[in-house]
This record gives sequence, structure tokens and C-alpha cells, in this order.
Amino acid sequence: MDKFHSLKGIAAPLPIVNIDTDMIIPKQFLKTIKRTGLGVSLFYEMRYDNDGNLIKDFVLNTSPFDKSKILVAGDNFGCGSSREHAPWSLKDFGIRSVISTSFADIFYNNCFQNGILPIVVSPENLDQLMTAAKNQIEFTIDLPEQIIKAGNHSINFEIEEFRKERLLQGLDDIGITLGYQDKINAYEEDKKNKKPWLFKDN
Amino acid sequence: MSNQGPKTLFDKIWSEHLVGQREDGTNLLYIDRHLVHEVTSPQAFEGLKLSNRPVHRPEATIAVADHNVPTINRQNIEDPQSKIQVETLAKNTKEHGIQYFDLMDQRQGIVHIIGPEQGITQPGMTIVCGDSHTSTHGAFGALAFGIGTSEVEHVLATQTIVQNPAKNMRISVNGELPFGVNSKDLILYIIGKIGTAGGTGHVIEYAGSSIMGLSMEGRMTICNMSIEAGARAGLISPDQTTFNYIKGRPYAPGTEHWDQAVEYWSSLPSDNDANYDHEIVIDSSEIDPMVTWGTSPEDVVSVKGTVPNPSSAKTENKKKSIERSLEYMGLKPGTKITDIKLDKIFIGSCTNGRIEDLRKVASIVKDKKIASHVQAMIVPGSGLVKKQAEEEGIDKILKDAGFEWREAGCSMCLGMNPDQLKPGERCASTSNRNFEGRQGRGGRTHLMSPELAAASAITGNISDIRDFT
Ligand code: SF4
Repeated sequence: MDKFHSLKGIAAPLPIVNIDTDMIIPKQFLKTIKRTGLGVSLFYEMRYDNDGNLIKDFVLNTSPFDKSKILVAGDNFGCGSSREHAPWSLKDFGIRSVISTSFADIFYNNCFQNGILPIVVSPENLDQLMTAAKNQIEFTIDLPEQIIKAGNHSINFEIEEFRKERLLQGLDDIGITLGYQDKINAYEEDKKNKKPWLFKDN
Repeated sequence: MSNQGPKTLFDKIWSEHLVGQREDGTNLLYIDRHLVHEVTSPQAFEGLKLSNRPVHRPEATIAVADHNVPTINRQNIEDPQSKIQVETLAKNTKEHGIQYFDLMDQRQGIVHIIGPEQGITQPGMTIVCGDSHTSTHGAFGALAFGIGTSEVEHVLATQTIVQNPAKNMRISVNGELPFGVNSKDLILYIIGKIGTAGGTGHVIEYAGSSIMGLSMEGRMTICNMSIEAGARAGLISPDQTTFNYIKGRPYAPGTEHWDQAVEYWSSLPSDNDANYDHEIVIDSSEIDPMVTWGTSPEDVVSVKGTVPNPSSAKTENKKKSIERSLEYMGLKPGTKITDIKLDKIFIGSCTNGRIEDLRKVASIVKDKKIASHVQAMIVPGSGLVKKQAEEEGIDKILKDAGFEWREAGCSMCLGMNPDQLKPGERCASTSNRNFEGRQGRGGRTHLMSPELAAASAITGNISDIRDFT
């Protein structure tokens, strides 16, 4: 997995609440069997008109936001389906961090699987960052220090330690768990005796 | 979480499945059953292949294609990409020795319908699927939640998942449900009350006499939409209704283990004095049949109500979000919900595509005709639901009323297959999401119960089942 250490750049403001995964990547793009190539379809219905032309005033279609690595969005970002296509499309577009007041659980989790850092801030801080983003002020996100800097704002954020480590080191989660194979096997042996109906394997 | 003291249903399942702690402090939770569908699994299987890893326990996984499948002429999937996705699932499952119900198998259907139907879903289990509506299975007292594709790969490779415990929330609904109010209204009401982020970080346990009085089908509808309330999962304590439903199903415990299983299941309900991080109590007499007016499931009102006015919103953000929704939905503030005219009716999905739902619809539309300006479609949740309905003559009643009778699948719940709304079309839908574009670009969705959708099909407007004779 890609590592994440720190990030510098312009942030795109998207002041809409409840941005759901259907908005991030509509269903017609879920038919792929690959993880890549979804960036052009990110926010498809807000970004393109019925004929597939770019909608000029949508933020990610305007310079310099079309090169944003950071997104500042309204409350409850990423609600809806479990599709990992949502973080895949953000990442493919170039977005490596999303800032909001809250995230839906599955989306939040999916971000970390793909080297994207979702950051939760207070509503007041979100307002400040949204304004800074609109004014094209450069953001710096420092994961080791857990700080977002934008102009004269300096905002600390929380992140669970294991998530931070995994991002910093780009660890392979499955590889780590496979190190506990013996424990998993022992668990299964125990349950086979205690709850045999669960192992009535088909 | 301590091992002593009173425990919730969630606590009990959690501690039973804890394999251990990893060095990074995270918990490894054992997964009893893994359901797989065609949309969220190809990249997981590809990942296994790239790192040359086998599937840890293929027998614990069951696969089915549902999202992409056409509901007519299914011998041939016309969309080449959909076709590849379905074929890829067939190929991957074959390669790894995973049970797969193919499109011609009567057992094929929406993944969350077939799990319970086959008896795969059982109390006390942990169940995951790369699909957020996995919460449906919580109706059996199983801890069931949706996961992303990377986690699908993790479960395939290790039969475990990395998780930290959720918080416990209990929503108790007490009293007899008023006439015309059912489980769909109940869950829409709850989402309206707590909001789509209200359950974030929590597992919601539904309790109280209104909930425990529901059939398994009704309980599944409730748990299904837990995700729309932002929760990780929904749970209902298993009881005799649950055991009766499971008994005799193909994957249920056989006679040799039945008593032992029931004994264990009976130990699962939350202890009386268990502690919850959050409690909500609702009196069911306050609930009306509910309908959504906007583009988030929390945008819900009584069918007797009106479209809200943005100027009554408490915050500027809320005002903007209502304005945006109303513009998308093509609605004016103050419009009576029952004055909203419809183009399409969709009855089906993992929320309301079970036999009980179809029976209710049939009883309402029997000997009637749908309004001449609407197109109505009914899509059974599985091949077996379809067969059962046909044996009961339900298909005939529905077809006579003017409904299209389809093959099983997700259909217009998400419009990944040919069933879609056209821009501006307005649909009464028994599914679970009214997001912008969900049922087709520019399509306008009003979520409601099967009863309301059936009544609305006949009148052509959103209708209150209580006025309907
Ligand atoms: S019916 Fe709808 S919500 Fe249910 S699994 Fe299919 S697409 Fe998802």
C-alpha cells in the first residue's frame, strides 16, 4: 500500500453535506474489475453534463482545483454503499486526504486501505478550512505531527495509532494478519468442538 | 470490554469471535460466513492472485451475482462490462472452490435475501459481505456488517477481519403498530429521528414489543436500513420466531446439532441490565406511514405531511441542503405529499423483496388496475421468492393489475442493470436509498413501504394506505 507522510497543496472546497458514495462514483462505473482508471469518473454527475461535457463551474473542473490533492467537504462524507471504488476514484484523481466533520464508517475504513487520510475536524475548524480552500490558500498536512496548516490556521487532529502507523509505513494488512495464522487455526479447532454446526461445511 | 457483568447481544457475539490482539493493538475478529457478489469482489480475488495467497476456508463463503443481472432475458447479459463482471465471479469462485449460485439456479437472488432464505444466516454468527446492506442479517441476532473490497480480500485470505468494538445503541419501540404502519415506516421514522449519521460508530440493537412482534421479514427490513442511519450494523435478539424461520432450511443446523444450536442461540439475547452507550425509546403510536421527499433517507415525513420549507431549517447548511434536494426532486415547499404525481413504481430490493412483501402488494392491488400514466415493476428478491409467489398465484394478480413481473435481482434499486429511471422520472420505491442518481441519472425516488407503493400504483399519486379501499 502507498505510504502517507505529509502533503502540501491547494484544497478543493466542496461545501455539501451527506456526500454519498453514489455521488462520488456512480454505479455505472462499478462494473470494472480493476482498481485503477476511475479518476476521470469521480463525481461524474456533478462534473459532466448529460452529453458528457465538463461542467465548467464545478470546482474540480476549475484551475487550480483540478489538481487538488486535498478535499474539504461537508458533514457525513462517504455515506451510503461500501464500494471501495469511492476511495479508488478519489485516489486516481489525485486526492490523498479528505477533511470533514464526520465520515461514514465503511468509507473511513476504506480510505486507510488505499493510503488516503480522512481527517475529522470540528464544525468551526471546517468553516475556517473551507474559507481557506476557497481562497486558494496552500494547505500542509503533517501526519506524524497530526497537524493541518492553512494560512494562519493550525489545527490538530486525532487519528488512531495503528492507522497512523499503517499509513506512515504503508503496511500490508493481510500480511500482518497472516502472521497470526496459528491463532486463527487454534480458534477454528476450538469452535469445531464447541459449535460443530458452524462447521457443517457445505 | 470486561468479561464479567451484564452483556449486550453485541458484546456476547464480539467476545465469542475474538481470535486475539495483533501487536498494533487491533483486534482480530473471526468471520463465520462471508457472502460475495460480483461488484465488490473481482479486485479482491485479483489481489489474492497477485500475492499468491489461497482462500483460507472456501466453505465459509457463498457467492451470487445480483447487482448487474438483467431481470428479463437473462440468458444473455447485453452490457459487455456487466457480463465480464458476472463471468469473473463464476471463474473466481470455481478456481477457489467457493459455492456459487449461478443465474440459472433457482436459489439465485439478492445476496441479503438468499442468505436468510437458505438458512446460511444464523444467530450468534459474524457475517460480512462487500455490501453495506449486510446489516440485514442482524435480524437473526447475527453480527453482520458491510466491508470494502480490501477487507473482502482480507477475509478470503484469513477468515478474520481487523476491527475495534463498536458502541452499543438501543432503540426500543413499544406498543402495537397503528393500522397501516409497518416495519418500513418504523425504520424510516427512526432514520428521520436520529439522522443518517445518528448511528455512526454504533451497532443499533432494536428492541421493544413492536420490534419483537414483527415477523422475520419485518425484522430484516428494519435491520437492512440500519446503514441508512449510519450504524455499522443492526441487531435484534433471536427468539422463537427466529428459530422457527431457520428450522429445516438447506444450510440450517441439521437434527444432529439443532438442539445444541438452539440452546446456544437462546443464551444470546442481551442481559436485562446491560449497559448501552445510547438509548432511544419510541412509542409506536406516534408513527404514521412514512415517505421520503428529498435525496437522503433522513428527508422523511408522514404521508399526511407536506414538503418542507427551506426557510424553516435551523441552520444555514440545512437550509442549503433542503434547497438542493428540492431542486433535484422538482418539488415546491408546502406541497402535500399525497399530491405528488408518480411515473414509476418499483417494488423489490433487499429491503422489501421478500414473499411477505409480495403478498401484501397482491392483497392491495387484487382486482384493481394501476393508474394509466404509471409503469409498475415488481422484482422478487430471489428465484425462490418468485417460485413461491407463482405457486400462490401472486404473479397472476400482479400482472392482471398491470405490474411487470421480473426475474430476481437488485434491479432498479441501483440501476446498474438495464432497469433505470430516466431524467426527471418520479418513482415510488420500496428500496433503501433516494440518493441523487441512485435509480438512474436525474431520477427522483420516494422511499416508502410496499403497502404505500401498491396503493400509489393504483391511484398514480403517492397515497396513504389508510385512505385506500
Ligand atoms: S437490492 Fe439494492 S441495496 Fe440491496 S444489495 Fe441490491 S443494490 Fe444493494
